[in-house]
Amino acid sequence: MAYLELNNIYKTYGEGDGSTEVLSNINLTMDEGEFVAIVGFTGSGKTTLVNLINGLLQPTSGEVLFKGKPVTDTSHERGVIFQNYSLLPWLTVGQNIYMAVKEAFPKESKKALMEIVKNYVGMVNLTPAINKRPKELSGGMRQRVAVARALAMNPEMIIMDEPLGALDALTRGNLQDEILNIWSQDKRTALLITNDVDEGIYMADRIIPLKPGPNATLGPEFKINIDRPRDKTAMNDNPEYKKTRNSIIEYLMDIGDERKTVSEVEYKLPELTPKSFVA
Amino acid sequence: MEQEMVLKKESNMVSNFKQTILKLTPSMKKDGVFKSLKNTGITLLSILLFLGLWQMGSKALYNKEANYRVEKALQERGEEAAAAERACIESGDSSCQPNTLPSPSQVWASLQSLIADHQVISADKAAFAEKMAVTNEKMISQGKDTIVYTGRASFVDIVLTSIKTVFAGFLLAMFIAVPIGIIIGLSPSLRSAFNWFIQIFKPVSPVVWYLLVFMIVKTLYIGDSSDNAFVISFISVGLCAMWATLVNTAMGVASVDKDYINVAKVLKLGTFQKVFKVILPSSLPLIFTGLRITLSVAWMVLIAIELLAQSQGLGLFVWEEFQNGANDSNSKIIVAMFVIGIIGFLLDRLMLAVQNMVSFNKNEMA
Repeated sequence: MAYLELNNIYKTYGEGDGSTEVLSNINLTMDEGEFVAIVGFTGSGKTTLVNLINGLLQPTSGEVLFKGKPVTDTSHERGVIFQNYSLLPWLTVGQNIYMAVKEAFPKESKKALMEIVKNYVGMVNLTPAINKRPKELSGGMRQRVAVARALAMNPEMIIMDEPLGALDALTRGNLQDEILNIWSQDKRTALLITNDVDEGIYMADRIIPLKPGPNATLGPEFKINIDRPRDKTAMNDNPEYKKTRNSIIEYLMDIGDERKTVSEVEYKLPELTPKSFVA
Repeated sequence: MEQEMVLKKESNMVSNFKQTILKLTPSMKKDGVFKSLKNTGITLLSILLFLGLWQMGSKALYNKEANYRVEKALQERGEEAAAAERACIESGDSSCQPNTLPSPSQVWASLQSLIADHQVISADKAAFAEKMAVTNEKMISQGKDTIVYTGRASFVDIVLTSIKTVFAGFLLAMFIAVPIGIIIGLSPSLRSAFNWFIQIFKPVSPVVWYLLVFMIVKTLYIGDSSDNAFVISFISVGLCAMWATLVNTAMGVASVDKDYINVAKVLKLGTFQKVFKVILPSSLPLIFTGLRITLSVAWMVLIAIELLAQSQGLGLFVWEEFQNGANDSNSKIIVAMFVIGIIGFLLDRLMLAVQNMVSFNKNEMA
């Protein structure tokens, strides 16, 4: 039995004539401990897909199965790292994480919870900033808080919605390593949504492109056969890396071109002559 | 770099509050001394300019009325009467002074006389209390009502009554508007159910609110000889002023950032937790903006309502002085005007300080 299963997912927004089908016929299976990356253009429905998996949205038709059971609501078993950090600005770093662990472990004592918070804050190297508010932190630091918050709840599966999209290249690289570290420590299952092919290849076991929406659907999967731990600099010379990267980019370019030709609808303007307003 | 985590962060809030209060006075940082001197200078200059214009304006109005009187005396009663009228006006005798916009110095003199009057009355009050102390003790031991001072209220008493009325009205507005605002903000169906109610009653004038409250309170107090003017006026003030808070609270609660709601869902917060840990904190800035508007509206409608309710506050003071028509009535009205303005300004500053204290997003504050 697959760990996570998406069967014939369709998602439509709106009703009647004004409705748009964002996702159509999405099928995906993930095994436990796997790291899967979904790569797609912006606006292709990636966030909708993520929200279907974490339980914030329900599919119009089809079903999402998590460990064999349909997903009807959010769950502490699936931790989410949102695209825009989504930290509560009136709480400090510590308070933001504390709120999460308190919900995840309602039976633990306050002292034990504080200990968990401190551990995870230390893990993302933010101990000096534990009493700061999100406003006082840089983008990278905020994203690290969001990572710590998701992981502190000790979820079985981590769902990441373009977690590093807004960061500069250097911070991005560091955080990729941090996430990989944490993931490999106890082999959780991870789903990464990204628009960066290199990030996907560096981090994931499999890459699946999402064809751009409306009617977005998943393309053929690309297996990444590069041994872990992967080295960024050495990877650039790896023929396997080059081959995979080229084929994925080629595929994305192709569907990008396809989209362009599809959207070239000709609009015929009515034959009108301007009215004369001079009496 | 071991640092203890703090779950409740108070110190930051207090310092924010202090900072806002300090902003009332020009900043006195070392590098800003010159700038603050310059700003103070500009402020002083504008005050002087204002006083000058006022002085000129009142002088012009005074002359116009004086000339008219002399002219009228000349036409109606002849040259002799006109000369007498002119002499009378020039002598400064109070019986024939033109009754027009008072000059700054007259207003200043009125302020002095109001303060002196207050001192006289409070001395009188103290003497009365001393004289009645023994009698009152006896009355209390016998279980009877004590004898209280029923003399004229001084200007300071009047101002205090007004402030008391505004605060009572403000608290009433807060206790009605904030909970209702939260409830209708949370539920779209309740929001549409209440919407007509809010839209209809929001623009109703203070006078009409007063009449409505009067109808109800009068009956509730029937057979009771105690003074209900204060009750009527603070309830009317509260009802007039609460709409800004009601609308802002509902809007703030209804428009919480969707990301925060998603966080609450992913963390699986319960309804109570969601409301108190996520929705309320994120709508606090808007709620306080509403409360700030409410306080300023309360202070504005207070005058009209006190006037109608015959409550011993600034509104009644202004009206009585106008009806009185004594020589210094006009300048007393202007004194009241400045007192109203200054207190209104201070109340607004106070609310701004509180608002900044609770706000997590200082950049969005005006």
